[in-house]
Amino acid sequence: MVIPLEHVIGLSAILFAIGTIGALTRRNLVVILMSIELMLNAVNLSFVAFARAWGDTLGHVFVLMVITVAAAEVAVGLGIVISLFRNRDSVNVEDVSLLRW
Amino acid sequence: MVTDSDWLRWIPLLPLASAAASGILLGLFRRPLGRGATVVLSCGSVLVSFLLSLLALWHLIALPVGKRLLVDRVAPWIGAGSFSAEISLALDPVSAIMILLVSGVGFLIHVYSIGYMDDDHREDKGFQRFFCYLNLFTFSMLTLVLADNLLLMFLGWEGVGLCSYLLIGFWFSDRWNAYCGAKAFIVNRIGDFGFLIGIFLLFTAIAGVLPAERANEAVVFRGIEAAFPLIAEKTVQLPHWLGFLPGAPEWKLATLIGLCFFVGAAGKSAQIPLYVWLPDAMAGPTPVSALIHAATMVTAGVYMVCRLSFLYDAAPGASAVIAWTGGITALLAATIALVQTDIKKVLAYSTVSQLGYMFLAAGCGGYTAAMFHLLTHGFFKALLFLGAGAVILALHHEQNIDKMGGLTRYIPWWRPTHLCFLVGVLAIVGTPPLSGFFSKDEVLLAAWTAERVPGHTWLWAMGVATAGLTAFYMFRLHFRVFFGESRIAASLRGHIQEATSTVTLPLVVLAVLATVAGFAGLPQVYGDMLGISSSNSLANFQAPVLAGASAHEVSHATELRLALVAVGFALAGALTACLLYLWRPGLPERLAASLSGPYRLLVDRYRVDELYDRAIVRPLVSFSESVLYRGIDAGLIDGVAVMGTARTVQRLAAQGLKYAQSGLTQSYLVLMLAGATLVVGYLLG
Repeated sequence: MVIPLEHVIGLSAILFAIGTIGALTRRNLVVILMSIELMLNAVNLSFVAFARAWGDTLGHVFVLMVITVAAAEVAVGLGIVISLFRNRDSVNVEDVSLLRW
Repeated sequence: MVTDSDWLRWIPLLPLASAAASGILLGLFRRPLGRGATVVLSCGSVLVSFLLSLLALWHLIALPVGKRLLVDRVAPWIGAGSFSAEISLALDPVSAIMILLVSGVGFLIHVYSIGYMDDDHREDKGFQRFFCYLNLFTFSMLTLVLADNLLLMFLGWEGVGLCSYLLIGFWFSDRWNAYCGAKAFIVNRIGDFGFLIGIFLLFTAIAGVLPAERANEAVVFRGIEAAFPLIAEKTVQLPHWLGFLPGAPEWKLATLIGLCFFVGAAGKSAQIPLYVWLPDAMAGPTPVSALIHAATMVTAGVYMVCRLSFLYDAAPGASAVIAWTGGITALLAATIALVQTDIKKVLAYSTVSQLGYMFLAAGCGGYTAAMFHLLTHGFFKALLFLGAGAVILALHHEQNIDKMGGLTRYIPWWRPTHLCFLVGVLAIVGTPPLSGFFSKDEVLLAAWTAERVPGHTWLWAMGVATAGLTAFYMFRLHFRVFFGESRIAASLRGHIQEATSTVTLPLVVLAVLATVAGFAGLPQVYGDMLGISSSNSLANFQAPVLAGASAHEVSHATELRLALVAVGFALAGALTACLLYLWRPGLPERLAASLSGPYRLLVDRYRVDELYDRAIVRPLVSFSESVLYRGIDAGLIDGVAVMGTARTVQRLAAQGLKYAQSGLTQSYLVLMLAGATLVVGYLLG
């Protein structure tokens, strides 16, 4: 049974929206990072779906690229979160709004 | 018609190579050469250049009359569409004489400088730099003279101006010297502007009548001369506000072009109204005054007028302006020279006056006379300057003749410094049969016979009066320096010593030249007396190149009478000088006291410098200060454009934009998302 492209794209859009809302509304940095991962994977899903629909492997290549970058991003992001927690005893983004007017 | 000779280029290139070598070593690597190496390099290159010039003259004479033209096409230079200008050198009889003068006198002055600039060597103040500039000057001057087209001539013209500036301000640590250098440069720029306009006008006029593919001939001298008859009768309409000019509203194009070129010539050759830089140029070392500001560079204007003689022959209006400017300059400069007390200033005004003579002759159509006087003046004025330099050296850089006098007790008359100076004085005042006598007579004869110049007899009278004044101020100078009671500072008296042989040797050579050079252009009237059939070999040699060189329609008796009048005036001037400065030493002061008004006017040089200062320099400076600097630069560009932008951004940021920087990551995220949505939305639809 072949899943229609529209369904996959729809799922991808829903995932992306959930990720966006999570990134914008949550105050916990770790949750924000997770939401960003969700957005990235939503995009990955649509890449793979389009790659299959049009028979072009370039989409897969791009997904691998995104996964690699996402891994690096999470490593750096969590590193920052850890050092932030050590210094301020908090992972709330509202507590780190120092760079402002 | 044209003979190719590809070695001609080495005449200017050798001094350039020497200058470049010194300049690169000194400027880039800070490695001064030793004294010996500097001397060998710089003097040697000019000497070889002189020998090549002699060879070139030899080749030229060997060619039949009318075909005497050597051309060396060195390289293509400027190319734009169908137009192209070449670096190309041409040697004809007129430029042959000039390169001999430039390289010959130049070499002597290089040798002289070895001794004169010795102090600079010992104190390491730029002995090599001096010779580098001097070589660069020689190159530029030779390029100017040998140039085959107007553009290359302009290159040399600017080059000599630059070297003049560099050498006047050679001792630049004294601010006054630097000021004088800048003044010379700026005044010359005014003239150069006229020269450029002249080139453009001539080019457009000639290129307009030539077919397009031959447009590049419109800058080459031969091309211009060949095509000139086509535009000789063209006229131009003057604008309304120039309606007061004689001949307005319609002028011959040739007159307009000729006047533009003459503005350039007046700047370079120190004629009214642009002569003010030359007396101040005396701030430079004396060899510079001799080479650049007496013998060679300042004669470039005369040379240019002679080179374009075909043009001036067709432009009687421009010629009349030249003749009258020359005559008035000669007379006024001579009167200023009467009372100056700086030995070099006297000679400087004398140079201005003698250059006036040359323009007087050229304006009257006596181009050969102008070139003849240029040549002899080159010798005797270089001699006088070098002699004055030797006196200045002997007196340890004292230049004020009020602090000289009685020098003959320390340097007797048979010593080269004294004797050569005397020869120079005798030559310039026109003592027969020294060179100045013949050339000055030719100049005056040209004025006497120039029927097409309005008021030419007045010009002749002014010339004769100038001859009398010249004799007076030159003998005054000689007596004040060498005779009378000594006014030398007591501390100096024990140390007066004649300069070394490198200084005196060029003096002797120049003295010989100043004595005999007149025979190169011996007027026919004297040739007949001596039984020589064609005595004026210089004029005959140059005549095929110079326009209007027809024989003077004057009987020998008249010519002799004219010469006698000139000599009579000179004698009167000399005797007056004897009376005032030898026989009645107290008389000059009493005269100055009783005629204090005119005397002060002369001492203040007619207050022309002050006039220029008030009328031009200060308004210009204050306009530049208040409008251009404070108004436009500081106000508009710095204030509005640069600082205004910065302040606007600052104000915007301080009052509104800064609130966007909330420090909350998620607010940035919202903005980013909004932006991305906008971009994507735009791209999709």
